[in-house]
Amino acid sequence: MSAPMISLQGLSGTTVFDQSPARAKSGGCASSSCGSSAKPHEMDSAVWEKIKDHPCFSEEAHHYFARMHVAVAPACNIQCNYCNRKYDCANESRPGVVSERLTPDQALRKAIEVANQVPQLSVLGIAGPGDACYDWKNTKATFERVAKEIADIKLCISTNGLALPDRVAELAEMNVDHVTITINMVDPRIGAEIYPWIFYENRRYTGVEAATILHERQMSGLEMLTARGILTKINSVMIPGVNDEHLIEVNKWVKERGAFLHNVMPLISDPAHGTHYGLSGQRGPKAMELKALQDRLEGGAKLMRHCRQCRADAVGLLGEDRGKEFTLDRLPDKVTYDASKRETYRAVVARERGDRMAAKSEALGMVKTAGSGKSLLVAVATKGGGRINEHFGHAKEFQIYEASPKGIGFVGHRKVEQYCLGGRAEDKSLDGVISTLEGVDIVLCARIGNSPEDRLKESGIRATDAYGYDYIETAIGALYAAEFGSEPLAATA
Amino acid sequence: MAFKIIASQCTQCGACEFECPSGAIKFKGETYVIDPKKCTECEGTFETQQCASVCPVSKTCVPA
Ligand code: SF4
Ligand code: SF4
Ligand code: SF4
Repeated sequence: MSAPMISLQGLSGTTVFDQSPARAKSGGCASSSCGSSAKPHEMDSAVWEKIKDHPCFSEEAHHYFARMHVAVAPACNIQCNYCNRKYDCANESRPGVVSERLTPDQALRKAIEVANQVPQLSVLGIAGPGDACYDWKNTKATFERVAKEIADIKLCISTNGLALPDRVAELAEMNVDHVTITINMVDPRIGAEIYPWIFYENRRYTGVEAATILHERQMSGLEMLTARGILTKINSVMIPGVNDEHLIEVNKWVKERGAFLHNVMPLISDPAHGTHYGLSGQRGPKAMELKALQDRLEGGAKLMRHCRQCRADAVGLLGEDRGKEFTLDRLPDKVTYDASKRETYRAVVARERGDRMAAKSEALGMVKTAGSGKSLLVAVATKGGGRINEHFGHAKEFQIYEASPKGIGFVGHRKVEQYCLGGRAEDKSLDGVISTLEGVDIVLCARIGNSPEDRLKESGIRATDAYGYDYIETAIGALYAAEFGSEPLAATA
Repeated sequence: MAFKIIASQCTQCGACEFECPSGAIKFKGETYVIDPKKCTECEGTFETQQCASVCPVSKTCVPA
């Protein structure tokens, strides 16, 4: 069994104010929740309409909505040093596990089955392994078939950008309004260290020449998408000593060309994955290094901080993967789309997210009126829905928030090895959890036992389940006011 | 004169299949194979063998 999803009851059960869905929409832009760091006035309502159900493009939406990836396009036209295609695409999947490759028809069957079973589903994406714009026939056939059956599903693709300019017109025609381009450099000399070769116009190019072509194609693809109003997310892999400083320059370039989000991801370079970087000993960044770089990039293109570097065939909310429940051998031969669960779920979310928005802006007020210059790093155990609803020992990841005079911001997530397995607590993995939580001041969870709480305390990390099942921001606001504020109770927005 | 694919190394990405100008490459059973009767080594069409140039694994598309 995989991690439980937020049930409909779980979402509608507690704190219910009477608020209309319309409030939820406008409320969305009246808080700092659009994208990762969007300020309310920076986002117009047309953009919010596009991203409000997209878990990857909106940090707020990722608490409610799920995506599925189908691996239908395995062919690729470049080589990245962090990828070993003997296994999988390192870009978009947790490496080491081979995805099931699907034909467009199999992908359609899977999409319908998932839509029937996972009411949170809002997005179908085609990412690695391979390049969706290069392996275009499969990509296009899949999109066309799925869009015909599940009309309201959002389509999105990831690409390295080389073939992108050739596909922009068709992407626009098919209503693909979210495109992710992986851009690791704007200086071909740095590119030459990341890409050993590209295949372009019937020949293989190497070195700076290859990186120059790739760079030019990436920039023009991005500009073409922007010109058509298609939202773009730029993924950059942070490779210490190669492009880490350079990503500041990349951020400027992509912002100038209209990129909507910039997602800096840590290099994964386990030698076991057999990638060039894995074998050459190139290290990936530490969590705090990644955060430091992301902090320096604030102010450029909006940063995405909730990326989970998910598998190419992941299904479910970000941070969980129900892919195993929907492998080909488990799919029924014949499937018929049934929209009812998704519709019910959407109605509940519309109400719930309105409540959460209101709670959130109240919490922001508390933090601001506390009048303290200090900041607080908080780790939250959550199963989704924007609430503190996961037990400490069951958490496979913690979501990290920072409360400061600027407000309450989502900083990222940190994966941990689940500490409590089948009722038995593993001391070794608790050590791992503690080191992963380095720098965190307080852990919020639905429940925690005395012994892990004490162990955390010895390492200087406080933990509490006092705010179990509250909205995340409400708890952080109260906490911040209690820590730093003079009159926490009088503080309102 | 023809190329062949070393099956044990092939990732089955299929890139070679759609780049081959002679339609010589097909998925058969477990892997991609080159039909030696159809393969022209891309002579007269391209400077380099397309299958070998696009293949992500070195020494996988090689002279038979
Ligand atoms: S673009 Fe994706 S599939 Fe292609 S080499 Fe890079 S990481 Fe691998
Ligand atoms: S050498 Fe050329 S013609 Fe022969 S299989 Fe490869 S791509 Fe096709
Ligand atoms: S390009 Fe190489 S790896 Fe891909 S299918 Fe052809 S032989 Fe196999």
